[in-house]
Amino acid sequence: MREEVKRRIPGGVPREKAFYFFTSIGNYTGKSASSLEEFMEKLMEVNTKSLEFHFYREDFEKWFIEVLQDQELAEEFRKLYALKLTGEPLRNQLYKTVETHLKHLTTS
Amino acid sequence: MKVRNNVFSLDSTDLKILEALQEDARQTYTTIGKRLGIAHSTVYDRVKRMENYGIIKSYKALIDAEKAGVKQVTAIMVIYTDPKESEKVAEKLCECLNVLEVYTSLSEELQVIAKVVAESQESLHEFIAKSIAPLPGVLRIRTSMVTKKFKESQPIIVNNPRKLTVAKEKEDGKRKKI
Repeated sequence: MREEVKRRIPGGVPREKAFYFFTSIGNYTGKSASSLEEFMEKLMEVNTKSLEFHFYREDFEKWFIEVLQDQELAEEFRKLYALKLTGEPLRNQLYKTVETHLKHLTTS
Repeated sequence: MKVRNNVFSLDSTDLKILEALQEDARQTYTTIGKRLGIAHSTVYDRVKRMENYGIIKSYKALIDAEKAGVKQVTAIMVIYTDPKESEKVAEKLCECLNVLEVYTSLSEELQVIAKVVAESQESLHEFIAKSIAPLPGVLRIRTSMVTKKFKESQPIIVNNPRKLTVAKEKEDGKRKKI
């Protein structure tokens, strides 16, 4: 599993499997990510409304598992629900979680 | 109905027939003929010609989905597109069965406007996220859910003394530009 996740980092997934950021049902922001690195960049660009929308619908976890096949990161995100974060604190926490995970993947 | 240079000129009798059919497409040629004071064979001939030339495109039943017990959500999508890709985006949308109407529009930006139905808000979101957002040229999407329907109808051609001309569509299914 770890090898699969690593392999996916540089190239990214095909367009139809990318993560598309919405702010609510049917309202697409125009931002998308096709790799974990790109996902991390977009976390800092999109409106926090979009992060709240996807985080509490568990969309990020679904994408990590179904597309990136990264159970570990999904698990890390699950742990954050208890914090009940919103707005900028949510953005910072999500970014930090992905950054740490990415570092872990590239060094191990 | 006169045809000159592939352009039809509908006369007032044609327009009256169209008006009658738009009110009730199931009424007989005899009924229409009596109403208009013409023979049913005249109504038949004119209707057939208008069918053949694609002026009458089809006859359909208008179903009230709510009364039929069909649970669905209706939404209006405004898709902001790259001008180079807008036609392709519109064409892709036309292929989707749950997309009922598709238009292109130009205000400050080029937009594709579509009316779409889905079983639920969740399935609507999934459709947009998986089928529309990934299309090349889609810049962003604004979706408004329909909460209450006040009117829904087809445009009715009202019999007007002014003659109506309709460009001939040679191929079936060819899209009309509005």
